[in-house]
Amino acid sequence: MRVKAKLKGDVVTVKVLIKHPMESGRRKDEAGNVIAAKYVTTTTAHVAGVQVFELNSGAGVSKNPFIQFKLEGRAAGDVIDLKWTDSAGDTEESSVTLK
Amino acid sequence: MSLTRRSMLKRIVAGSAVALVPFSAFAEWMEAAFKADSYQSGLAAIGAEGATPSDKVKLKAPEIAENGAVVPIQVSSSLDNVESISLFVEKNPTPLTAQFKMFPGLKPDFKIRARMGETSKVIAVVKAGGKSFTAESEVKVTIGGCGG
Repeated sequence: MRVKAKLKGDVVTVKVLIKHPMESGRRKDEAGNVIAAKYVTTTTAHVAGVQVFELNSGAGVSKNPFIQFKLEGRAAGDVIDLKWTDSAGDTEESSVTLK
Repeated sequence: MSLTRRSMLKRIVAGSAVALVPFSAFAEWMEAAFKADSYQSGLAAIGAEGATPSDKVKLKAPEIAENGAVVPIQVSSSLDNVESISLFVEKNPTPLTAQFKMFPGLKPDFKIRARMGETSKVIAVVKAGGKSFTAESEVKVTIGGCGG
């Protein structure tokens, strides 16, 4: 997961790029076998333990999902903790410090 | 195993922690909505039946997408008390693609990239103040990748 955060005044624009196949469960491999569904279902962000963002997603989100959101009332030094969970239960976490 | 007063107390504490789960389950991924196979059933599953068009919901999507696998979408709203913003791709097998939930300090302005199997309407549904509002945009998907 790659996270970029740009602070302008007290508004931060957060861009998240998740490396993930986003298999819908509808695709078949070369042998004709259905490839099992595996896609990101939830992406959250917290600042100092307080939740500030949640995206719930389905199989219709593109492979390697890109997400952008904006937070008000933030300042340099704030740490944004991001986490995604997929339909197979796998997770990944990443943090970004605002500057 | 004998039931001492202490172990009984531990069980009561553990039991009450389990009893709290349904409250947090409210925030969990809504399987019925994300697996709904039509726009209308997805709309019903998120509790937004009877949503009406509003010019306070802004949806930006390309008129023509040469690559249906990556269609950039921006959605924002100037409505007060936004509770959630959902995106549907009407003709996808499971139309509900994304649902953003609102928190204090979070602006109702998001970007995401969706997958589209064919030319379809993209619909944004904003829940605000107990009502639901929509904006839609038709995206033409050119298959074959030659543009045009």
